Amino acid sequence: MALGERDPHTGHMTTGHEWNGITELNTPVPRPVYFFLAATFTFAVIYWVLMPAWPLWSTYTKGLLGASDRNALTESLQQAAAAREVWTKRIESEDYATVQADPGLMQSVRDSGRTLFTDNCAVCHGGKATGGPGYPNLTGASWLWGGSPEMVAETLRVGINSGHPEARTSQMLAFGRDQMLSRADVENVTTYVQSLSKPAMSKNADTKSPAAGTKAFETNCISCHGENGKGNPELGAPDLTDHFWIYGGDRQSIYTSIFNGRQGFMPSWEDRLSPLERKILTLYVLDLGPGPK
Amino acid sequence: MVSQLTRNERQLALVILSALALCGLAMAAIGRDDLIGGHGAFILLASLGMGFVVTSGYYHAEPSDERLAHYYDDPSKVGIVLAMIWVVFGLFIGDWVAWLLVYPEMTFDGGWASFGRLRPIHTTAVIFGFGGNALIATSFHVLQRTSRARLPDQLSPWFVLLGYNLFCLLAVTGYSMGLTQSKEYAEPEWYADIWLVIVWVTYFVLYLRTLARRKEPHIYVANWYYMAFILVVAVLHIVNNLAVPVSIAHAKSYSLFSGVQDAMTQWWYGHNAVAFFLTAGFLGMMYYYLPKKAGRPIFSYRMSIISFWGITFMYMWAGSHHLHYTALPQWVQTLGVTFSVMLLVPSWASAGNALLTLNGAWHKVRDDATLRFMMVAAIFYGLSTFEGSFMAIRPVNALSHYTDWTVGHVHAGALGWVALITFGSFYSVVPWLWKRERMYSAKLVELHFWLALAGTIIYVFAMWNSGIIQGLMWRTYNDSGTLAYSFVDSLIAMRPYYIARAIGGLLFLIGAAVGFYNIWMTARGALEESPTNADRPAAVPVAARTIEAGE
Repeated sequence: MALGERDPHTGHMTTGHEWNGITELNTPVPRPVYFFLAATFTFAVIYWVLMPAWPLWSTYTKGLLGASDRNALTESLQQAAAAREVWTKRIESEDYATVQADPGLMQSVRDSGRTLFTDNCAVCHGGKATGGPGYPNLTGASWLWGGSPEMVAETLRVGINSGHPEARTSQMLAFGRDQMLSRADVENVTTYVQSLSKPAMSKNADTKSPAAGTKAFETNCISCHGENGKGNPELGAPDLTDHFWIYGGDRQSIYTSIFNGRQGFMPSWEDRLSPLERKILTLYVLDLGPGPK
Repeated sequence: MVSQLTRNERQLALVILSALALCGLAMAAIGRDDLIGGHGAFILLASLGMGFVVTSGYYHAEPSDERLAHYYDDPSKVGIVLAMIWVVFGLFIGDWVAWLLVYPEMTFDGGWASFGRLRPIHTTAVIFGFGGNALIATSFHVLQRTSRARLPDQLSPWFVLLGYNLFCLLAVTGYSMGLTQSKEYAEPEWYADIWLVIVWVTYFVLYLRTLARRKEPHIYVANWYYMAFILVVAVLHIVNNLAVPVSIAHAKSYSLFSGVQDAMTQWWYGHNAVAFFLTAGFLGMMYYYLPKKAGRPIFSYRMSIISFWGITFMYMWAGSHHLHYTALPQWVQTLGVTFSVMLLVPSWASAGNALLTLNGAWHKVRDDATLRFMMVAAIFYGLSTFEGSFMAIRPVNALSHYTDWTVGHVHAGALGWVALITFGSFYSVVPWLWKRERMYSAKLVELHFWLALAGTIIYVFAMWNSGIIQGLMWRTYNDSGTLAYSFVDSLIAMRPYYIARAIGGLLFLIGAAVGFYNIWMTARGALEESPTNADRPAAVPVAARTIEAGE
């Protein structure tokens, strides 16, 4: 096909070339194509004139609008911070009790605290702060290291066994594995510990009397957990008489805790979150539960 | 295969395989304390295996000169089968990771099953395994037809095809062991990259050699696109993968670029991989198989010129739109926005050219799912290029970036455009290559079409919804002036869409499996008797039949 042919369907000529049966029409480019090409090119040129656009040797064309991402960002961050200062300044300066008594401030704590909590704390403590195996429930009344706002804030700041120089440190020894107690003693102490939170246990002696574990408990456990098993927030030793269990309150879990020991971990948030954010989080988690008894 | 090689080619093949085996042996020996050793052993075994094949056929009779009277299509046939294997595998892994996002605990406590390792296996298997093999296979077919010239020799097409698949295998096996240079779509480590350069340069030279021997005075549009694809991918691949290995005995390497320069180089590569691998190459495919199957001339040669040069010139500048609102200087972002917007018209001109070519053949589109695959592909091409330019505008990007909208956009292009145009082309070329009257089953082509279309639409709509919800949640402030939602909140909101996406992906996967079966049966020579065949009044005279074959 040396010369173009007319395509009967469209009435246009072909270009006169043919490749394995394929031909091409010489249809003129439809006008809208030129129009939109011109429109997009005009858009681009206007954009270049107004905004930073083309590189020069050691700088770039700044654009007529003088727009700068960096300045715009700094400015909008400052504006947002200024808008928040209405309540953040008060939370920063006022003491916990005053903030807790102010419904308006507490609303801001709940607004901002929820996001802070789910972004930072929920990985371990759960989205609803109810904890899970190995991670304490924060909505209950049981606080390992004390449930006053100051204590909670301090735990947040330094963490637990975190490597922070002032970190809260504690360890439950592996009484069974390290052979401080015989297997039988661990069994007995387990029964005794179970009976502390379930008084009914002492009556129906399914295995042995809880009393069998008393002696071992007294020699080994009371230094941290106290004579009555009520725990000690100074040492981060949990209360064994309530219904809150970090590692589980069933027989097997308690046995495992005594036999292998436990050592919890919570990161220090001092370098990660600002004092304001930590204060908001403290108020937020305390607001979730019934508060310290 | 070996009997088609001349004696000289058999000798050369053995030399190449011996060299490769030695490289593999050296890697296995020097790198025995590193993961590179495993890959060395793999290369050694692969080249020994191929060496065995060549040796066992070494004394077969040489092919006669009669072979030069026919196009050399066997590499295309094997390439098509390999592409179909890769697509079924790649889509399977893709759907797996889609379900993994619904059930994140589904990792079997194994590193290999983590999202970070499976995801690049999916992307590499579908883009490079499927897309790459499809491009190589169809480019050989189109190149020979539109040049009226046979491939110059028998060895180099096999070297390109099999060498390329070796690269793909090194890539995906590497990821599952944790080998990656952490560059999206350029994850394979340095030794695999070097191998790909060798293969790719051979591919380019093979293309040029064939083109130089063409009997047509002009080079057809499809070849412009295939050439742009091969040439630019070579440039992109080499520059973005410039790296210094820790040592010759280690798989790990460090990029020559760092910081924002590294990011810019990576997205210059990444965006142009979309442009020249996933767009230009497949436009080449479209420009041949669509007019061929429709039996219509290309709507406008002039539009082809505008779109080709528009696309090749503008795309190069657009990569920075992947880095809006980052450390990348604002002026680079401006160029990314403006060139992305200017890119729209040339892109739409291509899509329009394809759709307008169908004028006068719409009844065929209605009746023939093969042509419908290509028609819908052109529509998705238009949709996703519009979406791409739109998302490149900074305020839009502020909402869409880092969300599932991007994922939806990519899949509108990858499923709707790349995969559909490929399936349409395969269903055209398979009967021609294997000299069959038609595909094994037209009904299965139809079924595949609807599964693929439904899967794509479910996928894309799910991701649009998910992405926009996600983007809005991330930027919503409460009355106190702090963010209203945490990241986990947005994940919970996305879960229903993740389920929908995984179902859409599953439909697409089933469609591809049906397609593979259909192609396999066609290659084996089976023809499914449709009940209407038996019910025909009289056979149509052979002479009256339209010959569709690409011969």
